[in-house]
Amino acid sequence: MAATEKLIEVKNLKKHYNKGTIKALDGVSVDINRGDVMVVIGPSGSGKSTLLRSLNLLEEPTDGEIIFDGVDITKKKYKSMDDATGRPVMVKVSIDEHRQKMGMVFQHFNLFPHKTIIENMILAPVQVLNMPQDEAVDKALKLLRRVGLADRAAAYPIQLSGGQKQRIAIVRALMMEPSVMLFDEPTSALDPEMVGEVLEVMKELANEGMTMVVVTHEMGFAREVGNRVLFMADGKLVEEGTPEAIFDHPQHPRLQDFLSKVL
Amino acid sequence: MISRVGFARTFQFLSMFRDGLICTISLSALTVVFGFVLALILAVMRLSNLRPMYFLAFEKDGRLREQGFLAALARFRPLNFIATVYVEVFRATPLLVQLFIIYYIVFAPIALPTFKLFGFIRFERFLPGVVALAMNSGAYLSEIIRAGIQSIDGGQTEAARSLGMSQMQNMRFIILPQAVKNILPAIANEFVTIIKESSVCYTIGVQEIMYAVSSVKGATFSIGEPLIVATLVYFCLTFPTSKIIAYFERKMSSGDRRTGPAKTNRKVQALLDEHSRKAMRSMK
Repeated sequence: MAATEKLIEVKNLKKHYNKGTIKALDGVSVDINRGDVMVVIGPSGSGKSTLLRSLNLLEEPTDGEIIFDGVDITKKKYKSMDDATGRPVMVKVSIDEHRQKMGMVFQHFNLFPHKTIIENMILAPVQVLNMPQDEAVDKALKLLRRVGLADRAAAYPIQLSGGQKQRIAIVRALMMEPSVMLFDEPTSALDPEMVGEVLEVMKELANEGMTMVVVTHEMGFAREVGNRVLFMADGKLVEEGTPEAIFDHPQHPRLQDFLSKVL
Repeated sequence: MISRVGFARTFQFLSMFRDGLICTISLSALTVVFGFVLALILAVMRLSNLRPMYFLAFEKDGRLREQGFLAALARFRPLNFIATVYVEVFRATPLLVQLFIIYYIVFAPIALPTFKLFGFIRFERFLPGVVALAMNSGAYLSEIIRAGIQSIDGGQTEAARSLGMSQMQNMRFIILPQAVKNILPAIANEFVTIIKESSVCYTIGVQEIMYAVSSVKGATFSIGEPLIVATLVYFCLTFPTSKIIAYFERKMSSGDRRTGPAKTNRKVQALLDEHSRKAMRSMK
């Protein structure tokens, strides 16, 4: 596997609200390579979450392209070579299929409250991937053991702490064996003492080579785990670089100003 | 005045109340079924995002138009519009008017078969009654269902879709189970209302409980006693209905409790148990 194999290519992505008066994303272009741990930082309202949510089309972009595994998922159809005839044919883009390959973890966990932990985890594999139920349970228990929550398999989400919920949300997404994991401020809704346990799971994932895009305010995590850091402001990508470059030698005044406030 | 003699006379016609009860139950049950189906369709229509003229939103270069007449036209949702008009009209007019319009105007040119259900209910009067009640309660129920679906946090849909579930799977496994739990009290209320309001069908000659009251009044020349009997019959119908639904409500709210046993799907629980048995064995 080449170190710089492109997984997601974002080209000139725009997202406008209120008939164009609010520009949440104002032309963002970025490549995400396989194995990247890309951390997105920036002041609130800078468009980091919108960028992340656009990647699996939870937000429909106003303009621009998102090329994931060679397919522009913002379009309804794409051109592909027919296997039998060798001629190009138009194939419908199935956003559901693409979303299966992108795991997502939310700020507010979004576990399904009416289902127990084990049911939360096996629902999508069983229904979407047609995985046999016993296989799904085996897999879920293995993942639960990894995050130390195997004994909570039959509990309801409400019976867990915030940190436990977020760890469940992460392994629930991992059940689908995604090729990239998107984290939307995964520790922002947690009590301070629970942040560590969630970051620990994320660090482990990164060490295993999972491609990750992380929107976060945890600068320590960005510096330690990230291999690329993006700084966004006003819907634009302002500065991009290695953690050392961003944190130790910030160039843009907006970034310098931001860092002086958060560090 | 109400007297023992009056009751004695009224009780001679108990079979009429029995027939009325059968008629009211069938009327309400059919109304609930058809009304609920109609309500589901209306709720889905109101929540639908079908915009057949959306292609107008794109400019020649493929850019999205954000302002102007064409952009507004592109956003037009016809299914939503039709359902909204239906719901607003049916909620804003009296049920009695709707019943008369349906019986005397809509069904006037239609020659319905004139057989008798259960040997006494005149079908050509019964069917328009069901149609009117179902159309009316469908409007109310659809608003309840729509509110129930919209009450579920958007994050639930996002989580389901981000796991690759389709919109249908999201509705079936995530949204509807939670929505139904939330709206059960309102649905119970609407079912009780249907039973009570079915009494207006007496005005077009459907032989339900109020029709029995009026017949008994004609035969015994007393009104108080038959009315008291009718009141009791209605109460005996509506009270258990709301209690039964309250039971289901309690049953479905297990995910809301912090304490008490959690109920995993039985098959899944069996698989879990097997795993813990295996783990115990390997520890020995």
